[in-house]
Amino acid sequence: MTYIAKPKFHHPGLKKNELGYTHRDYEGKISTLCAGCGHDSITASIIEACYELSIEPHRVAKISGIGCSSKTPDYFLGNSHGFNSVHGRMPSVLTGANLANRDLIYLGVSGDGDSASIGFGQFAHSIRRGVNMTYIVENNGVYGLTKGQFSATADRGSKSKKGVTNTDNAIDLVAIALQLGATFVARSFSGDKTQLVPLIAAAIRHKGASFIDVISPCIAFNNHAGSTKSFDYVREHNDAVNRLDVLVGRDPIAVDYAPGTVQMVEQHDGSRIALRKIDADYDPHDRLGAQTFLQKHAAKGQIVTGLLYVDPDAEDLHEHLNTVETPLNTLEADTLCPGSAMLDKFNASLR
Amino acid sequence: MKPTDIAAPDYFHKVVDCQWACPAHTPVPEYIRLIAQGRYSDAYMINWKSNVFPGILGRTCDRPCEPACRRGRVEETPVAICRLKRVAADFKDDITQRLPRPSAKNGKRVAFVGGGPASLTVARDLAPLGYHCTVFDADAQAGGMMRSQIPKFRLPDSVIDEETGYILGLGVDFKGGHRIESMKALLAEKYDAIFVGSGAPRGRELDIPGRKEAAANVHIGIDWLSSVSFGHTDKIGKRVIVLGGGNTAMDCCRTARRLGGEEVKVVVRSGFEEMKASAWEKEDALHEDIPILNFLVPTAFVHDNGKLTGITFQKVKAEYDAKGRRNLVPSGEPDQTIECDDVLVAVGQENAFPWIEQDCGIEFDKWHMPKVDPKTFVSTNPKVFFGGDAAFGPKNIIWAVAQGHDAALSIHKMLSGEDVTERPLPEVHISSQKMGIHEWSYDNDISNDKRYKVPHRDKVIALKDIRTEVELGYDVKLALGEAERCLNCDVQTVFSTSLCIECDACVDICPMDCITFTDNGEEGDLRQRLKAPSLHPDQDLYVSSDLKTGRVMVKDEDVCLHCGLCAERCPTGAWDMQKYLIEMTHAGSACPTKSRSAA
Repeated sequence: MTYIAKPKFHHPGLKKNELGYTHRDYEGKISTLCAGCGHDSITASIIEACYELSIEPHRVAKISGIGCSSKTPDYFLGNSHGFNSVHGRMPSVLTGANLANRDLIYLGVSGDGDSASIGFGQFAHSIRRGVNMTYIVENNGVYGLTKGQFSATADRGSKSKKGVTNTDNAIDLVAIALQLGATFVARSFSGDKTQLVPLIAAAIRHKGASFIDVISPCIAFNNHAGSTKSFDYVREHNDAVNRLDVLVGRDPIAVDYAPGTVQMVEQHDGSRIALRKIDADYDPHDRLGAQTFLQKHAAKGQIVTGLLYVDPDAEDLHEHLNTVETPLNTLEADTLCPGSAMLDKFNASLR
Repeated sequence: MKPTDIAAPDYFHKVVDCQWACPAHTPVPEYIRLIAQGRYSDAYMINWKSNVFPGILGRTCDRPCEPACRRGRVEETPVAICRLKRVAADFKDDITQRLPRPSAKNGKRVAFVGGGPASLTVARDLAPLGYHCTVFDADAQAGGMMRSQIPKFRLPDSVIDEETGYILGLGVDFKGGHRIESMKALLAEKYDAIFVGSGAPRGRELDIPGRKEAAANVHIGIDWLSSVSFGHTDKIGKRVIVLGGGNTAMDCCRTARRLGGEEVKVVVRSGFEEMKASAWEKEDALHEDIPILNFLVPTAFVHDNGKLTGITFQKVKAEYDAKGRRNLVPSGEPDQTIECDDVLVAVGQENAFPWIEQDCGIEFDKWHMPKVDPKTFVSTNPKVFFGGDAAFGPKNIIWAVAQGHDAALSIHKMLSGEDVTERPLPEVHISSQKMGIHEWSYDNDISNDKRYKVPHRDKVIALKDIRTEVELGYDVKLALGEAERCLNCDVQTVFSTSLCIECDACVDICPMDCITFTDNGEEGDLRQRLKAPSLHPDQDLYVSSDLKTGRVMVKDEDVCLHCGLCAERCPTGAWDMQKYLIEMTHAGSACPTKSRSAA
């Protein structure tokens, strides 16, 4: 952990976004995680994505559970709303907050322990309900806070720092999210910001349950030979299916890919994703195909990254429940409680 | 780009911008840290070794270091380096025990023409090596222009006495009141070497109508200043015009205010902004109620039968040609006459060598300046060296000191039978500053701090006495505050490619976005692909060799705060903060292992 504060100085030539903020304005407190933690790179990617999307910090709610990953919301978006919930309960708190105020951008930050063990059920239900959120799992395959035991996402056969081999099967959160109907599913790597930043940006713009599994090496307990979540292993086995750019509104981003290799995906809010195919056979609109592709490559020991599935016309929980457009928390008492005359009329209709 | 060779002493020297900009290359951050620790004598000795006159320069230096200061690139104002130097001089203990001892003479004799900063620096370097140094000066006391031209309210005699005294105390023979009238005669005395540090002693004339007639009230600035310094002049008319926009003009007008000048005006040909005077000297003049009028070219001295009554000026404006060169052209407005009782002409200084005969083996160029090698300072006569204003025209004290060191080295080499053109590399000491897991041996907790103002004496009191020093200097508390503004640019970020695992921790933490991991390319191309725009292409890029992923680490040295967060957040120690203490090699320094050619 670092004791000296990050100086307030910033580069004099730093660019500003539409709101006049630099990316430094999206930072939080200085990280207390181990030096070199992959989670800090994810933090930097979230900062970058929010800066690029010119998001007003007060429109974001960041919600987390318990664990190294769940500490990270303290390190980004220092001017946003935050809720550090109990272990594994981030999805419930997020769902509740989303129901109460549908106008905020919800960022759920969790880890492999928080989402694949104690909160596995919570994770599953928030995904299947289609809560409009960006659910990020900072996945390092170990329990770092308790000195490096295997977590539920550790691959079978991988070795711990002490040399013990994992005999349990791994939970692949991406496969589960696909199966449970998430409408935006991606996997990335903390050591590849050029892939991760646009994925986070696209997920934030997506309406519906977006899920990103980010492999994030634990520098202290899972970055050794024999680990399948180390910097070296992930770099060697990374199989990226595509790269993307997020185009929002009038942003005149030049896409310099060769014609025919770029697929444009228009999302619900008008933003577009320019998707550059790397694997010609991969179709990110085919849920079933994605699941097969994922499992085939996993069997070969490859880690598939990129935007794996997106449904640009997805619906979210509020549409399913047919709630009003106005956030529930801003409805006045007379709207919420229209009076006894209305109650009588309503009761009469049921008789 | 090729991987940066950090073993070349110049690479990290350039990163210490203040030291690199200083002609004498004083290790600035090193002495500022010592001031912060209250080790004033140690700070003084670092300065004394490098720039010879810390107390004098701490009051009068032209401060080339300050515009270079990195703090000025991230905040409005640089660290007050110059005034911190004075702090070291003001608060030091008795340092006489730390000075070199006069050593046994080696039998070689060196003569010095002029006892100013250049000559005294050469003597300081040579005397401890056993050379018999004889300094000749027309004035009774040593110091040259420091004593004669800089007003006492900026630089008290006591400071000059002390610091020239340290040098003369090394066994240097000072012959005051002894003007050298003939180089030929001096050469005939068979000195082993002669150093000419006679300055630029002649004030430039302003030859316009009325000059001769009104001569009684038209004074040449530097002559008048030295006449005031030595007490020959103690009053001036009530209305005074100072012509010229350099630092001498600023000294003239402020001196005039103290000798009875009530309405003192400075008039310059150029615009106010383009004046040669340092910004702070202009500020001090304005503070003493001296208006500076610009774009006025003097055309005639107006007089009434030889009694000066004023000056007529033509009004001009600046026009820029296609190449951006400025021309002053008449604005077409009617001429203006400003009334005055006395005029001080401070429109420049010139060299004058009437005492050097044509057949001494010393060649002169078409501008009547001696032909001097800019690195070795030797003239066309291998035994005669020039330095300071005498070598390349009027500059500042710190240049004279820097050239003095180089000339001393040349003289020592020549008299040791070595090749004068072989110049030793600076001495570099490198040491990691890591003390523990999160401990660093320097103050790296950087905050936004505005420059502290140096307290000045009350104007009413200051203007009453020409010998009352205006600037009071920082007190200990202010000095500590100002010292803490230093970013410790000599504590360098050193990168080890083999240790890096490319985790991006340094990229994420760097407050200035200095670090980028990317594919290698040509410098121009790389500069386009940095995380933050490259604003100063003159600042180097630090490039690593190829990393595991085939990329390279590129660090733009430009606005690095040397906060060490990259090293603090690096899990493998690929980044380390290492102090590079770079000291110039002077005459008689321990044998340098490498040297470079002067060519």
